[in-house]
Amino acid sequence: MLKIKSKYLTTFKFASKKWSKLFVVTLALSACGQATNDVTTNYEQTYPTQKGGTLIDAMIGEPSGLIAMTAGEAAASAIASNIFNSLLKYDKNLELTGELAESWKISNDQKTITFTLKPNLKWADNKPLTSADVLFTWKLVTDEKTHTPYGSDYKLVTSAEAPDTRTFRVTYSQAYAPALESWAGLQILPQHLLKDQDINTTAFARHPVGSNYYQLDKWQDGERISLVRNPNATQGQANIDHLVSRFIPDKASQFLELLADNIDVMGLNPIQYARIIPARQDITNKIALYKELGNSYTYLGFNLKHQPFNDIKVRQAINYAIDKQELIDGVLLGLGEPVAAPYKPGTRWVNPELKPYPYDPNKAKALLREAGFVDTNGDGVLERNGKPFTFEILTNQNKEREMSAVLIQRRLKEVGIDVKIRVIEWASFISRFIKTGDFDAVVLGWSLSLDPDQYNIWHSSQQAPGQFNFIGYHNPKVDELLEQGRLELDPDKRMKIYHEFSKILLEDSPVVYLSAGYGLSAIHKRVKGIPNPAPPAGVSYNSYEWYIPEQLRRNEISQ
Amino acid sequence: MLSYLIKRVLWMIPLLVGISLISFFIMHLAPGDITATEASFNPKASEESRQKLRELYNLDKPVIVQYGLWLKRMSNLDFGTSFASHQRPVFLDRKDKDGNVAKGMIEEALPITLLINLLSLGLIISIALPLGVISAVKQNQLADRSITIFVFIGFAIPSFWLALLLMYWTGVLHSWLPISGLHSVGFEKLPWLFQQIDMLKHLALPVFISAITGLAGISLFVRNGMLDVLFQDYITTARAKGLSENTVIYGHALRNALLPLITLLGLSIPGLIGGSVIAESIFAIQGMGKIFYDAVLMRDFPVIMGILTIGSALTLLGNLFADLAYAWADPRVRRGVAT
Repeated sequence: MLKIKSKYLTTFKFASKKWSKLFVVTLALSACGQATNDVTTNYEQTYPTQKGGTLIDAMIGEPSGLIAMTAGEAAASAIASNIFNSLLKYDKNLELTGELAESWKISNDQKTITFTLKPNLKWADNKPLTSADVLFTWKLVTDEKTHTPYGSDYKLVTSAEAPDTRTFRVTYSQAYAPALESWAGLQILPQHLLKDQDINTTAFARHPVGSNYYQLDKWQDGERISLVRNPNATQGQANIDHLVSRFIPDKASQFLELLADNIDVMGLNPIQYARIIPARQDITNKIALYKELGNSYTYLGFNLKHQPFNDIKVRQAINYAIDKQELIDGVLLGLGEPVAAPYKPGTRWVNPELKPYPYDPNKAKALLREAGFVDTNGDGVLERNGKPFTFEILTNQNKEREMSAVLIQRRLKEVGIDVKIRVIEWASFISRFIKTGDFDAVVLGWSLSLDPDQYNIWHSSQQAPGQFNFIGYHNPKVDELLEQGRLELDPDKRMKIYHEFSKILLEDSPVVYLSAGYGLSAIHKRVKGIPNPAPPAGVSYNSYEWYIPEQLRRNEISQ
Repeated sequence: MLSYLIKRVLWMIPLLVGISLISFFIMHLAPGDITATEASFNPKASEESRQKLRELYNLDKPVIVQYGLWLKRMSNLDFGTSFASHQRPVFLDRKDKDGNVAKGMIEEALPITLLINLLSLGLIISIALPLGVISAVKQNQLADRSITIFVFIGFAIPSFWLALLLMYWTGVLHSWLPISGLHSVGFEKLPWLFQQIDMLKHLALPVFISAITGLAGISLFVRNGMLDVLFQDYITTARAKGLSENTVIYGHALRNALLPLITLLGLSIPGLIGGSVIAESIFAIQGMGKIFYDAVLMRDFPVIMGILTIGSALTLLGNLFADLAYAWADPRVRRGVAT
């Protein structure tokens, strides 16, 4: 039977009768909707864990499909990770642990990894999940016909086999340390549903069947994706019954939806987090703020093939001349951390001895003088061999990067460097400037990777157009360490290698690390069980344990 | 008349080819392709795999060859599939052998955009017509001045700003109207009547916002048209006959003043399918403006070309209809066409 719990009528009167008829007709129709919770609801008291309820979040884009290997966007992987499992995952302290795999063993020559799957795994449609599915997924991601940019890690596997239903074994031609991590990034797909399908066009992408906490309930095109708890989930049962992701491209609209109680979770920008929400008691009564370590850092990167950035003294001088704390305070409103290595703070890969370059304009000036830069004509800009020190910083349309560039411009002017800023749309930026190497300096971001291997970014062999060492960094010692790091599977020995690597990188200063911003989110206080403060893996690592007490649930239209 | 019509329609074909050729080349002037998007700037995505994607999409071929391939497909009315959206068909739904339907991007977005724009056009006309008439009749008096100021404020006001304010006022402060989207969560469980009401409530703000900016154009057009007509001899004659002022204004003056409006409406047909990026983003509506904007950012060439082609075809058709309607309404033009 159909029952509508809350219903209220709204009428809308408009001042002028003459020409507002249509307007009134559209607006004044009665409707049923969801009433906001009573303001006196006590969110602060403790409630016992309860199953059920609906959690609604907002994302800015709609996924094109839910097969992560072919979709590629952030929206797709966010939703797909609730539906599919990988062999491994990162735990709350960002250490690798088994997900579908119960255990894994690395052979003595470090070339073979043998995974043992947990017993009695099942797909949401009740079919057994076996190592044959893992093998099938590996074949898909390495298939030449699959439209995926993520195949390269898996193509290093020389042979893969599934000798029995619970064993999956891969062999590499030589030891490859990031291999293990790569198995945390490959979501296992069901062979029985995809066997004869073209993975690039299959309808499965919009009707996925997985093995994780949730399964697809309904995909309302252009509006939302609803997930429902998967009774066969391989990782146990989540507390919340329904997860709804609404697609709201505009952050301001998302924020209004949050204020109106229509969504429970959204990512915030620093202004919303630090200024708007804390100033409003009515909002802080029902919304809780969370901050966690972000996933990326912003940097100023030099084109090392251009004069004068090939000179280490110039790079170090610029590093000393930039006040990183000012950038964090000004751009991120204090919601970020300085970094001295390209790794996530708090993880074992960060070398604790390294400190970012302090702000020291005098040292910067001295270094520039040593490099041969003097202001000969008294115009405030340094010259060398009669040529003024002037360069252009390129960045893409990203407010925080633009603001960082402006602050850098001012600080460099103080030491006598004239900086111009140019902001370009992303695809043009990459194709016209990065690929062709036609730039002096860029403000961009890299992710703070969980696996320490950064061969693709810093190794001197990765400089061809389209590869990621586009700044042209070349240091034989770093090359050697990066190669060693890939061959070493022992975490402690590996750690030493990467500590050494970060030390040289910091000294060489091919990029100036600017800041690593926090991930900021607002979650409605009706949602309980959220870890605070967030562990390194972030607040949502245990979202299956979150729950919404019955008294605090939205008045839902129910059947 | 029939031969005129056939001639006009046949002329559209070379015109469309020309438009598509120019669009195709301009589109390729912008640097970058689908493999240079943000998601692909990921060290896990190797250059070889991206090169492979480029080959799969024929992006490694010269532009003129790519255009040839596109034209060949188009000659079968095949708009192709999107690069960025998991090979979704650009225009119409596609059924695979198992009966699964892949929804066409334009087929899905167009009705929503059309609905909003038609509703707002209806609203604009029903408001702007009387405003224009009042303005003309009370020329340079208080009513005229206030109406002109009002419509210009509507025209000049940044619509995203007004939209956010109204969303806050009607959605957050008073819970009168939903804030964004087209349907409530749980929409499918509502009875039919409530579904319609739910949808109308969601449409109210987007329609209002898109109408308020369009008032100025039509109301001033009507005002000027009326002013031209009001001092014609036949109006003086009508008044001299002793007809009531209402009959003079609405029966004689307005009918003639409205003629140019037909052209204006014909020209607004491409606008009807165009949609607005800003309004659609703010109200979280997946309409034509939003998919076109996203396609441009992603360098999703088949989608860009699909929308441009359908847009230009409709523009040409719109012109044709406007001309025909004009001929139907105005005997002087009709005689010109016939000869």
